[in-house]
Amino acid sequence: MTHIKFFTAVFACGTALVLTAQTPQQPPATQPPQDPDSIRAVLVGDPGRPPRLAVPEFIPLSKEPDVVAAAKTIGAVLLDDFAFEKEFYLIPRDVLRTVPSPASPDQIALSRWKELGADGVIVGTVQKTAEGIVVEARYIRVADGAMAIGKKYSGTARSLADGGRIFAHSIADEIHKSRNLMGVAKTKLAFSSDRDGQRMKGPVGDRDISNIYQSDYDGANQSRLTVNRSIDIAPSFAPDGSVIAYTSYKTGYPDIILQSLRDARMPTNPAKGTESSHNLLSSWSPDGNRLAFMSNRDGGGNTEIYIVNRDGTGLRRLTNHPGTDSTPTWAPTGQQLAFTSDRSGSPQIYIINVDGTGLQRIDCDSTWCDRATWSRAPLNEIAYASRSGGGFDIRIFDFQSRSSRTITDGIGSNESPAFAPNGRHLAFSSDRSGKMQVYTIARDGTDLRQITKTGTNRYPSWSQN
Amino acid sequence: MSMVIVTAAACGGKKPPVAKPMPPPSTAAGATNDANRPGEPPEPVRETAIPPEPTTVDPLKVSDIDKINQNSPFQPVFFLYDSSEIDAPGQQALQANAGILKKYPEWVITIEGHSDERGTAEYNLALGNRRATAARTYLISLGIPADRLRTVSYGKEFPFDPTHSESGWSKNRRAHFVLTSK
Repeated sequence: MTHIKFFTAVFACGTALVLTAQTPQQPPATQPPQDPDSIRAVLVGDPGRPPRLAVPEFIPLSKEPDVVAAAKTIGAVLLDDFAFEKEFYLIPRDVLRTVPSPASPDQIALSRWKELGADGVIVGTVQKTAEGIVVEARYIRVADGAMAIGKKYSGTARSLADGGRIFAHSIADEIHKSRNLMGVAKTKLAFSSDRDGQRMKGPVGDRDISNIYQSDYDGANQSRLTVNRSIDIAPSFAPDGSVIAYTSYKTGYPDIILQSLRDARMPTNPAKGTESSHNLLSSWSPDGNRLAFMSNRDGGGNTEIYIVNRDGTGLRRLTNHPGTDSTPTWAPTGQQLAFTSDRSGSPQIYIINVDGTGLQRIDCDSTWCDRATWSRAPLNEIAYASRSGGGFDIRIFDFQSRSSRTITDGIGSNESPAFAPNGRHLAFSSDRSGKMQVYTIARDGTDLRQITKTGTNRYPSWSQN
Repeated sequence: MSMVIVTAAACGGKKPPVAKPMPPPSTAAGATNDANRPGEPPEPVRETAIPPEPTTVDPLKVSDIDKINQNSPFQPVFFLYDSSEIDAPGQQALQANAGILKKYPEWVITIEGHSDERGTAEYNLALGNRRATAARTYLISLGIPADRLRTVSYGKEFPFDPTHSESGWSKNRRAHFVLTSK
């Protein structure tokens, strides 16, 4: 995508596909249509263990190279999407490869899958039609060959541009629903990156600029979202995914910018920053109507937390204390916020009601805690960066025990956590491999994955859908 | 010998003065015999060179803003870890900076607040704001008008020294003075 030389938006070049999901016709001599409760029962293996699932490559129903390639990619990405959430025990890839790929979906070697101990197998097809691409996926119960879940997805030809990953993500989310889990396979990460190596003039020498980038949750399809000749930091997706908010210094002082991700309309700045009134570190309310942010507008050296409507109206002040109040984040209930304050002498995490009452401090067990992120019910935890040795580790506070556990391993400095919308994973930045990079990790500290590799990448944020 | 021609605006109707060339001295070293009276030595005349006109151009007045900032007359103010207190050396630096600002009353500056890399990126944006403002407040107390002093915090975004030790960190905990307009 060509970079626009002056100002604003390179809006996300998302796949312009329309995924229409339909339930395909059942093969003859099978079960009657099943309601969601019985589907859940079907997916459970022996009592007490998750179902064992085989996810082989999809079957290409036509010979075009992009269809054949997509059949491989979709199967592989779907397997990765399932591995991420750990709802299924997955037959390993090398074992999957020992089962020959069927030429058509009614030639599945059920006895072979039974031998391998699978409870279910995903049978998928990819074909090109006059209208575009059609992908079908069926969850087949190995015991009797019955279809537990079946979905059909249609997309334009462009949906295969990256091999058809969106199909795998959609299927993963659908099947995770039957496990009562909101999947995150279609979510995005946004972060600030200097990977393009651009510089801006500084008072003494040139300075590296950084702009906002996004990627799929698994690191695929990384693309640039802002083109400013300055630093853009601290991105945050609107809950409906239509807009991204970020802090930009493009005017010479920091202000919150809202930039559309759906069209090329001009960005707005609802907090209306000026030379003397600076606004930073925005966080969306869960209903997408308001933003909380930090500003020095009322006291020069002191920063406080403010709330403003998305359209710039209704500005009000939330905190009022000579200490530094910074880094707000909204609770998923919309009724509270968490933020950082040094009012007790050093940066600590506080919770406050939206109306300004009910201030309480979280015991974060260190002398410096910052950048709270709050996960949805039922998990309902607050993660933050906590001083640990010379750097930081990510810790998670849970309200039941009213204590925190450390989930990073003390390697490098680990900062700026952001929960995935289902609260099972977090994104964070770490310099464990040299420059700061974006990683994801499960809430129990396992499954560390590196998302970025080029340049310095910081301030990660996780989209809500 | 120099000729000085002076012209002045002819407001009052007077004719402007016209310089006349100076007459040569009546005696000079090396003059011809005609000028010497017999028996008297020539009058000595001391020669001195007329010094060139002194330059009155002030480089800070004529240089462009970028050049001034690259070789800045302003001193940065440095801070202790996680602090925005101005210590004694900082006060001295600010007094010197105030002197410059008084000498050039048209100058507007931006005070950048910076921190070292060891804190979180987010809180450091607030800390940088405190540092820049502390310097600004002190300058105002020295009589500099507030509307000539802007601030901006860059937190740990733009370190001046990338060294990962106190020798580098101490250089990054600063208020840095940037000439913005003159």
